[in-house]
Amino acid sequence: MSTDIIDRLAGIDPGSPLDRLRRRRPDAREHAQRGYLALFPQATGSDPGGGGAGEVSLVERYAVAAFVAGLHRDPESARHYDDLLAAHAPDLAAVVSAEVKAAATTGPYGIYPEGPLAGESVPGPVHRVGDRAALGDRLAAALEHAHLLVFRPREADPEALRALARAGWSTTGVVTLSQLVSFLTFQIRVVAGLRLLRTAQKGPRP
Amino acid sequence: MTAAPLAFTTDRLGWEPWVEPLAEAELTEAHREALVDRARAASPYFRLLARDPAVLHARTKTDLDVFHNADGGLPRAERELAATATSRRNGCVFCASVHARFAEHYGKRPDDVRRLLDEGVGAPQDQLWRAIVDASVALAATPPALTGDHLEALRAAGLDDLAISDALHAAAFFNWANRLMLSLGEPTAPETPAGKE
Repeated sequence: MSTDIIDRLAGIDPGSPLDRLRRRRPDAREHAQRGYLALFPQATGSDPGGGGAGEVSLVERYAVAAFVAGLHRDPESARHYDDLLAAHAPDLAAVVSAEVKAAATTGPYGIYPEGPLAGESVPGPVHRVGDRAALGDRLAAALEHAHLLVFRPREADPEALRALARAGWSTTGVVTLSQLVSFLTFQIRVVAGLRLLRTAQKGPRP
Repeated sequence: MTAAPLAFTTDRLGWEPWVEPLAEAELTEAHREALVDRARAASPYFRLLARDPAVLHARTKTDLDVFHNADGGLPRAERELAATATSRRNGCVFCASVHARFAEHYGKRPDDVRRLLDEGVGAPQDQLWRAIVDASVALAATPPALTGDHLEALRAAGLDDLAISDALHAAAFFNWANRLMLSLGEPTAPETPAGKE
């Protein structure tokens, strides 16, 4: 089995047509993996070598990842990040799983400011965590921010970053958190796209 | 500095962070390596992302290969179209402005790009651009809504699997980029009149 996380989640075997296809874009393949290793160092034993490494704990990274992957409802990606969280913080895994169930919806949506785009505004839910005590202030704020980024990024504003700061997030921690959520929205979509391309590769479906 | 732009545009916009980037004087050699292109030290966006250099480096190298690797696959114009359509759908005025200009430059189809920005992702397009816009929009959904029908439409428009993969990577990458640009700062109106490059 490949050690590449996208290959594993998309079911791409070494030497298969999709493996050969991905190797036509070697830097994209390598650095999607390096991004994963930088964001989830413990999962892989890698050295994150980043300024954000000390600002965001490993359990926080796994908890946010399990939440984001759960919201995307891709079973393989969700299971992967659920398992990572469960291995490091089993009590938290159940709490995050309950948050996913409460927070799941369909996006992107959101309100545009007054002006020419206001007619395209689509109001939708703002997630507030259910069990703040179990999550703690930092993680509660992180999950609420992750929900904003996943479903209604057009509604992001300076107040959202101030809420993270009030919950104890440093500016560097905010950058790492934002990268983690945003990177996963990329990784999960690449996995979904490549898996579909793999299974639908023989031309028209029956 | 003038107020944030309210509509999608191909103007050259600025971008201001809501939290403090590293100062240029604070950048170490490791930070500058993470920027990949050292001229990016002038950009507050990249100096903000440089707070986590390992992830910035991975982001940038991924970006460059997805859009610039010219070994077969999808033409650059259509990769930029996927980026623009994704940004239009997610609501990233800044990202859409940059990649709409690239789509115009490489595709020589300014009217089609303009229609995508003005009317949105449902605006009429020819068969190839329709298939790319639709696949990008489906992939932008959470949960992703891409289906075999989208792949068939891309194949029917003449794309092979490498080109389809390029389109999907360009679209997927902009889900990453849109969220950073939208949530860490905001676009600012150009200080010089539109069209002066």
